[in-house]
Formats: sequence, structure tokens, C-alpha cells
Amino acid sequence: MFSEEFEYFRPKSLDEAMVLMKKYGENARVLAGGMSLIPLLKSRVISIPNIVDMSRVPELSKIEERQGEIRIGSMVTDYEIENSKLLYEKISLIKEVSGWIGDPQVRNRGTMGGSLCHADPSGDWGACFLALRGRATVIGDKGERTIESDDFFEDSYTNAMKSGEVMTEIIFPIPEKRSGYSYKKMERKAGDFATVGVAVQISISEKGECTYAGIGMTAVAPTPIRSRKAEAFLMGKKVDENTVREAAKIAAGETEPMDDPLRGSAEFKRYICEVLVRRGLNEAMERSKGVK
Amino acid sequence: MPVKQEMEVSVEEKATVQGRYVGKRSRRREDSRMITGHGRYTEDITPPGTVYAHFLRSDYAHARIKSINTKKAEEMPGVIGVYTGKDFSEHLNPIPTAWTIPNSELKIPKYRAVAVDRIMYVGDPVAVVVAESPYRASDAAEMIDVEYEPLEPVVNPEKAVEKDAPQLYDDVPGNVAFRWKIDAGNVDDVFSKADVVVRERFVNQRLQPASMETRGTVASFDAGTGETTVWMTSQNPHVHRFLLSLILGVPENRLRVIAPDVGGGFGSKISCYGPEAVVCYLSKLLERPVKWMETREENFLSTTHGRDHVQYLEMAAKKDGTILGLKAKVYANMGAWLSTAAPGVPTILFGLILPGQYNMKAVGCEVYGVLTNTVAVDAYRGAGRPEASFIVERMVDILARKINMDPAEIRLRNFIPADSFPHPVPTGLVYDSGNYEIALKKAMDKVDYYNLRKEQEKMRSEGKYMGIGISSYIEVSGLGPSKVVRSTGFGLGLWESATVRIHPTGKVSVFTGGNPHGQGEETTFAQLAADELQVPMEDVEIIHGDTGMIPFGMGTYGSRTTAVAGGAIAIASRKLVSKALKIAAHLMGVDESRVVYENGKFHEKGNKEKSITMAQVAMAAYGAGADEIPEGMEPGLEQTSFYDPENFVYPFGTHICVVDLDPETFQVKIRRYVAVDDCGTQINPMIVEGQIHGGVVQGLAQALYEESVYDSTGNLLTSTLSDYAVPTAVEIPRIESSFMYTPSPHNPIGVKGVGEAGSIAAPSAIVNAVVDALSGLGITHIDMPLKPENIWKAVKKAKV
Amino acid sequence: MMQEGSITRGTHRIKIHARINGKTVEEEVEPRMLLVHFIREKLGLTGTHIGCDTSNCGACTVIYNGKSVKSCTMLAVQADESEIETIESLEKDGHLNPVQEAFRENHGLQCGFCTPGMIMEIAWFLRENPHPNEDQIRWGISGNMCRCTGYQNIVESVKAASETMGGE
Repeated sequence: MFSEEFEYFRPKSLDEAMVLMKKYGENARVLAGGMSLIPLLKSRVISIPNIVDMSRVPELSKIEERQGEIRIGSMVTDYEIENSKLLYEKISLIKEVSGWIGDPQVRNRGTMGGSLCHADPSGDWGACFLALRGRATVIGDKGERTIESDDFFEDSYTNAMKSGEVMTEIIFPIPEKRSGYSYKKMERKAGDFATVGVAVQISISEKGECTYAGIGMTAVAPTPIRSRKAEAFLMGKKVDENTVREAAKIAAGETEPMDDPLRGSAEFKRYICEVLVRRGLNEAMERSKGVK
Repeated sequence: MPVKQEMEVSVEEKATVQGRYVGKRSRRREDSRMITGHGRYTEDITPPGTVYAHFLRSDYAHARIKSINTKKAEEMPGVIGVYTGKDFSEHLNPIPTAWTIPNSELKIPKYRAVAVDRIMYVGDPVAVVVAESPYRASDAAEMIDVEYEPLEPVVNPEKAVEKDAPQLYDDVPGNVAFRWKIDAGNVDDVFSKADVVVRERFVNQRLQPASMETRGTVASFDAGTGETTVWMTSQNPHVHRFLLSLILGVPENRLRVIAPDVGGGFGSKISCYGPEAVVCYLSKLLERPVKWMETREENFLSTTHGRDHVQYLEMAAKKDGTILGLKAKVYANMGAWLSTAAPGVPTILFGLILPGQYNMKAVGCEVYGVLTNTVAVDAYRGAGRPEASFIVERMVDILARKINMDPAEIRLRNFIPADSFPHPVPTGLVYDSGNYEIALKKAMDKVDYYNLRKEQEKMRSEGKYMGIGISSYIEVSGLGPSKVVRSTGFGLGLWESATVRIHPTGKVSVFTGGNPHGQGEETTFAQLAADELQVPMEDVEIIHGDTGMIPFGMGTYGSRTTAVAGGAIAIASRKLVSKALKIAAHLMGVDESRVVYENGKFHEKGNKEKSITMAQVAMAAYGAGADEIPEGMEPGLEQTSFYDPENFVYPFGTHICVVDLDPETFQVKIRRYVAVDDCGTQINPMIVEGQIHGGVVQGLAQALYEESVYDSTGNLLTSTLSDYAVPTAVEIPRIESSFMYTPSPHNPIGVKGVGEAGSIAAPSAIVNAVVDALSGLGITHIDMPLKPENIWKAVKKAKV
Repeated sequence: MMQEGSITRGTHRIKIHARINGKTVEEEVEPRMLLVHFIREKLGLTGTHIGCDTSNCGACTVIYNGKSVKSCTMLAVQADESEIETIESLEKDGHLNPVQEAFRENHGLQCGFCTPGMIMEIAWFLRENPHPNEDQIRWGISGNMCRCTGYQNIVESVKAASETMGGE
């Protein structure tokens, strides 16, 4: 309940932030929404001597469209995402996932950037990030670089960023016109961590064949994962009852869930994953046909 | 399955007693301070000079303490002192167990406030830091070095009684703290002659009460008067004062215990715990106010848990569905010590109510109270009655299915008839009043039962899972008649006190030993007293919670407050009215027998012209002049009553739950939840409904979501609100609540009690419904909580 | 004040300027102090309660720069240059806010401990959703735990409040 002592900094610009991050290195952590960091500090699970609050750094809070992509600043809150008309129109999956994060108060503060960096193995944004083949821009001592979603999650609570690096934005390609999406989350109760979460994004050609398949799954492996084999299976095929059933089986086979005595055994999670992938693909398919 | 096609429902609903205030949905007085943020809870109280205590707690479930080094902690700036079990062992007596059930081979282990050489559960206090701020106290606690020698723990009660299980205490062999039996009505004989015997094993899973406010204490020793004022999260301040005086070795009258606003208790704030005593002692030692509030993690680790039974049941019947008897063998997990009321919960409050609403003649019950390396288990909303009602209602359903009889039909066949009250049952209780048949029929009518069964058949043929669950519960509450209760080993009587004082200007103060912490008695008792005394409700204040102001009170739990504390207020009020009448007669110069009190006025029979108000009587009572009060009468207008009920009260009802299961994920969706309850007279129907809602939701939470999970090393895995699954509003259905009113004949106001009814009724309503939905697969039982995975496993097994 | 290179270090106190319930406040705080402790202990506004340690129960909900937040999951320093409304701000000149009034009319509370946080969340929620249906209401309070009421009368209270407030 009572955190250890730490120093607090609130830089007013990205440059100022980078100076601090370089100076303190391993002994600094970014404070984004705080919805993951502050509970960790309170429980004394981690000890961080220097907290760098990024809330006043202006360039990190924008949502904008540029050259067929949407760029979401790392400090954009779940609330802003949930209420973004631009996101709803261009990448509906993101808006769909946003409502499943935590609860209203948590969404008012939590950020996609912070959530991705926290790399929770059952985090909702991770599944979405992977399904949409997003990428993150990070800035460090050596300048700016990009980390693809496929390379971002290294292990539970471990991302591919290096000490001193700060995520500035997350970039998503805008899906094709004939697209469908779905997010299926099984949770014990509202706001809980996922027992299993499945994000689906598909695009269908005029002939009805799958031209894009993104299946991101969370809580079924040490990190959020993409179901590559299921995606590959669907490519070029009609997305119908049979292919969906097969894809779901394949996707479940790609998981490596852990036994969770509270939320579900590995066997159960695998079983549910198959159900949710199937339902997700079906819903995405329906949506690709009709109006939103 | 044969189903009655026609059902006549003629429901006799007597309206509640209607007075000017009683029976009305009066808005609550408590609300005005609570909705504006001016409630005053223990954590809000910070006397000048307050310092903060923080307990260091064990990470091991079972260990010997080899050494404790507190030097680094003591030296931290802002730290006032660091204390270990050794510092307290001379000054604090063991925590008392106050319900010493007789004839049970009871062995009470010595359990101390702070561990001295042996750790008994994860969360057991090892040391305490006192510092200028809670932040600093937390820092210092991390600097304490404890060397442990881990011992093998045991957490499961069935394992704990096995031959080579680790022994918790030398003087409790086999970890069996008690063995309690009933053998009523020749059980073995009845079973041997039965046509049908059904058997099942149940787990009534361990739960965490999780009141929104955790526990805490602020103790302030006054060096001048030698008195310690203790604000604490208590459901029963006098009981705490009594027990604290035993632990501290301090005279009762040097302790003033005040329960300010208390944020829920559900039984967990009845018991006396170590930290409260430690805080009192430290305040005296340091001559400063000392404050301690549990974090939620501490609350989950070290505040008593509830339930945790493993139960083996048998039910015997004739082939026409007549229930002959019931046998239960129970392993009740008591945790690492016997908490204050704990021994009586899985025995007296459980075994005696096993007949349920049924006319069965034979009841056998054997309960083993088993100690394990977990936190103590004590009363939690319902305290023994949910554990009993669940197995009875489940066994009735299991029997019904076995003989292919409709579950409503079998109940109607076996209910105690409405014309046989008061009705003695084999276990020795005497049910006061009730009409079980009407309650069930009313509920069936509300859900359109027979059409639902038709719909179910159709859905079953489509491979869909829909289920209907009936729970016809009864409970024993209004604790309780002292002679009976004392004969069961309860530490004190369970009467309740009230002082009703009318001031010279006619305003009224009611001091009650009841101690509401959300149940609304500041309002309902004002309604009651106002009607009894025939004064405006706004002239009545209700005072509770402060041992410095109220007569000795036994507190609020066991659905007793309206029945027993309310009863005391009614009796005291009536005695006052009787005295006032004498004074009024004297003032009017008329014989007492010719005076009546109506609509707030004393007047001579047949002459309403000349009348006197209660305020005028009060003035006279305190004036005490020759023409004011009769010769020989004591002045003043105040009456104290200690009401000792002659019997328990027996609220009852039927709840019916309709569920649909997702055929793949097995998530349970409650389509309808109908509750028909009878708690006798209702003082405030709005508040009664609220109690039903709250109780049902806790029962629903047990059925579907909550479970305390210890791993095999004794770690509590559900030690946060992120892990322990208390439901949110999203999970909860609408509860359709309606009532019948069968007054209790022996209670002065006819009330029964309703605080726990919902948590008693709901679990079996829901589980019966889910099992009913799956009965086509041959599934006969699934243990709570009915998580999707548990249902999925049962279905997989059945399909094999 | 460094000790063993780990747990305790002396840290700089930070001066903050905040507007709490319409009043300007200037205080010095330790960086690690939680916003809820600042509100309760430094400002003496004890209406906001603490019910858990893992940001689940919502008893600590206040409105921060126009949004409901769990003040146990924010730092006091984050109050700097910010507007905070606590439960104590709702009653104006002896008149209850419609949400408070609705709670009293509809028995939306029992022990009252979750109530301030619940009311603050609902006050914000209704600003965002003036005409919610029952489902939306339940999701709207999914970050607030109540152990006493079973939520039913809280939902009724929100419906009543939304009717009273009419909405734009």
C-alpha cells in the first residue's frame, strides 16, 4: 500500500525527458497512466528510484492519420481512444478493444503505450497490436527506431526496448475497405484480466477470399501472440464455416497457456481459445459484409 | 417427469403492521452524512499526536521463529518503536474463544496476538512497528530481519486429520479441535428401512467476507484518567470491550470502545483479534494515540474467512418421495485457531437447522472442527445456515431426480404443514411460524413454472441448456434465547438492551445495544420507537456503538438486531408509556383505568376534549411536584429493558433461479431470479428489500465467482481484490423480490430477521438451476463456484 | 539518508499548487505520497475512502481534470496544476446534487463506505452519458465495488438521477 521512496520528475518536453532517461538509465521508469506502475510501486514488488512523468510532454498525446496509417501517441489514454471518431471510422478493432480495458476510471488514465510497454501476458492491447501488425516508434540515446509488433514482446512483462528508451507512438496500417474485426474476451468478471482474449482483423477480396488475416491472442502464452499458422491457413481461402472451424483449431494449437489456478487451466484456456477464435472470425466475417 | 398441470395459488398476504411510521419506506437518516462524505469511519479518526502501527507478517504458513532482529528498523528516523511477540507475552493474554460448545471433546489451542516462537499461517503477525507515518512504518517493517525455520504446513481439513499430517498444536491431537454430534430420531434405523438413499459429497468453499472497509483500530490512552478510548471497526463494541479486557488484563470499566460508522462486517468484525489488543496496549505504553488500519491484503490474509466445509451427505426416503431423514458428516476447516464464535458456527448454527422446511423425522450429524495452517474461519453472513441450507436443498433435488419427481412436487410433499406451528423438529429447535407451501407456490407463479418446464423440454431437444433451481430455505436467527444459547456454550447471553429516555421537553433518546453497520437501524428504530411512544419520528434519536453511552449490548450479527434489539426497544417503550399513563392520570386527576393513550394524546375514555401530550407528561416527570407525579413514584421518564427472547425466530422463503448456459463456454447467465421471503413484520420495506438484494448477491457470488484459494504451501492466492472475484454490477441480475408476512408469535413486534436470508437461499437456487440445466447429461452435482471451467470439466466427464 | 543502497533514500519534497473543490491549495509533498492520502490526510477531506490496494474497488474515486479517477492509483504530485473534485464538493449551499438525492430516495447505500466513490463515478458518468440504459449503467459502475446493496438500488438511483437531470 505504501510505496518505497523515489524521486519524481515531470519533463515539459521530449528532449528534457530523454536527458533524464539517459541520466538515470536502469534506475528510471516512465510514468504513463500509472495504472500498472503505481500498483507495482505500492506493493513494493519493484523498487524504482526515479519516476519520469511524461504527462506534460505535448507530442505524445495525438491521434492522427498519415499516409494510410494511424499514429497513436504513446500517452493517448484509453478514454481518448474509446471516444475517437477517427479510430472508430478507420480502425474499428481498436475502438472495440478499448472498451474491454479495465473499468471507466482506469480507462480515463491508462494509455496504450504504457500498456504495451508493461507487456502483461494477458493485456488486451497486445492482442490488438499483433492482429493489426502495428509497430512502435521508440527514441533512445542513439536516436529513433521502430519495433515491429512481432518483435515487441520478448517475455512476460519484458519488451524489446532498451534501458533509457521511450516509446513515442504506435502506428497501425489502416485496413482495407472490405474488412471485419472482432475482439472476444473471456473474463471472470468485468474489468478482470483476460482468461483468454482474441483479437481478429480480416480483409476479404471481391471474390470473397481472405487477403489479410490477423489473429492476436492474449493470456494463452508468456506473451501476447499471433496465430501465424491459422492466419496463413486462411490466406487466399473463403472465410466460411469450415475454414473458420479449421483455423480456430490451428490457432488453439499454437498457444502455450499456463495453468492459472484462478482463471483457468492450460487445457481450458486452449479449449476456450478455439471457441473464441471461431466466434471472432465469424463475427469479423459478418462485419466485413455489412455496414459497421 | 410427471408435472402437475394446474396450480391453484391463493396467497394470503397479510399486510405488514402499519403504524404511522412502521411499515413505511422512510428514507434513511444515516444517508445524509454518508452521501456527503461526512460519515466518520475508523480511518477518519486521528486524535492529535497519533502515531501509526504496521504489522510485519509471516510469509510462511508454518514455521518456527529462530530470531528477529529489529535494530535497523528501530534506528530509522521517524520510528518510535518496534515490538515483537516476546515484548507482548507478559502483557497480553491469549485470544479467547467465546463459544465453548459442550460435549464435543473441545480443545482450545492457545493463540497469541503476535507470534512468539511459532508461525501458524501466512499473515500471522510477527512484529509491529510504530512510526510517525504509515509510510515510514512500512519502510521500517522491511528492515526487520526474521529468521524462520519452515515447518510442513497443512491447509486442507481432510488432509489435516490424516495420520501423518503435520500437527499444529501439541494439545490438539490429530488437529481435531472438536467433534460434535447429533443423533435425533433413530437415524440408522430409519436409513436401514428406507426405499431410497441418495448420497453426495459437497464442498462449501471458503470465502472472504470482503467488507468494503477493512479492519482497524485507533486506541488513545488517557494518562490522566487511566482510561483507553478505542475506536474500532466492530459489530459489537461491548463484546470487544469484554474480550479486550481479558486479553489486556485491564478492567472493563477502564476501556471505552466506540464503533463509529462501520463499513460493513458480515461477521468478520465480530471476533476479537490480536492487532486490536496490541494497538490498545501500545497506546498505553507510549501514552500516545496509536492507529492501525488493515490494508486489503492484510484483510484477506488475516481477517476471518467463512464457510470451508467438506460435507458427506445421505438422504433417506420412501419411494413416493417422502423424506425420512438426513445424515451429514462434516469436516469444518477452523483455520489456525478457534476464533471468538467459531466453534458454534459449523455445529449449533449448522446442525440444528438441518431439517430445513421439511417434516423429516431423523437427523444425524457429525462435525469435525479441524485446525489447519490458514487464517481462522468464523461467522460469515449466514454463519452455518448457508452451509446447512445448501446441502438440504441440493439433496432434495438429487433425491427428486433419482426418483424422477419434479423438484417443486417433492418439496410440496414434504413441507411442514402451515397448521402445525409452533413446530418442534428432531434437532430440538421449535420453528415459530411459517407457511412454506405458499412461499413456494408464490415463487412458482412468478416464474410461470410449468410453462418454463415446457420451454425447458423444447430447449433440451434443441441441445440448449436451461435450468430452473428452487431453494426453499429456512434459517434460525434473532439470536437468541439466553438459556438455550448458554447451554450451547456461548460466552454470554444473547438478550439485547435498550434504554429509552424521554427528555423534559418530550424529545426522545434511544440507546440500543444493537450496532448497525449498514442495516439502517438509526432509521428503523426511530420508526419503531416513534410508533411505540406515539411521538413524531423527528423527535427520536437513536444512539449506538459507544460503550460509554449505551447499556451493555451484544451487537449486530445473526439477523438479530430488529428482532432482539427492536424487541428491547418495544418493551422499554411500552413500560415507559405505562408509567407516562400513570402520570397523565395523576395530572388529569382521573383514575388510571380510565385513561387511554391514542394518537399521541393521553385522555379520559370518552372525553377527547381534555388531553395531555407526552411532552407535558415528561415535564411533569422531571418536575416531580406533588401535583405532577403520584406519591411514591420515582421521578424521570426513562426505562431500560434487557429483552431475552423466548425462542429464536425462523425466517423462510423460496427463491427460484432460471439460468441459461452458453453451450460452449459454459458461462452461466441468470435469466431470472425470483425471491419470495417472509421475515414477519417489516418496519421499513425499503430497507428489507435492500437486505435481500445484498444477501442474494453474496450468495450468488459464492455460487458463481468467489473462492479463497490456498496453495499447498499455505500461500493465499486470492489475497487481492484483483484475484478474489467479488462481482461487479455487470455480473448481477435484477432480483425480483416479494414478501409474505407471517409474524413471529413470540417477538414483541412480530419481526423475524432478514439480513442473512439472501446469502442462505441463493447458492442452492443457482446450483440447483445449473445442475438442472445439465441433468440431461446425467450430471448430478458440481461444486461451487460454478466457474465455466468447472462446468466444462463435468460436462466432458459426463459425455465420456 | 541512503541505507544499504536500496530501501530508503531521502527524497526531495515537491511543492504543488492545486485546485481542490474550487479552492486553491499549496502544499509540499513527498513524491511517493498517493493522491488519496493527500486528499484525506493533508487536506482533511476524509469523505474519499480506501477499500483496497490493487485499484479494483473504486472507493477512492474523485474527479481529476474533469475525469473520474482512482485517487489511490495516482500520486499527490500529479495534483499539481490540476482541478480535483471530491464528494465534499457536490452539495452546494445545503442542496444535494441530484445523484446524492437519488441515492437517498432509492436506498442506494447501506454501510456507506463505497458510496462517495460510487457517487463521484456516477456524477462523471452521467455527464458523459445523460440517458443510460441499465446495461450501460452497470458497465459505468463496473469500477466500483459494493458489498452491501447488490447494486440493484444503486442502478435505480442512477436511473432516477438521470431522469432528474434531464440531460441536454
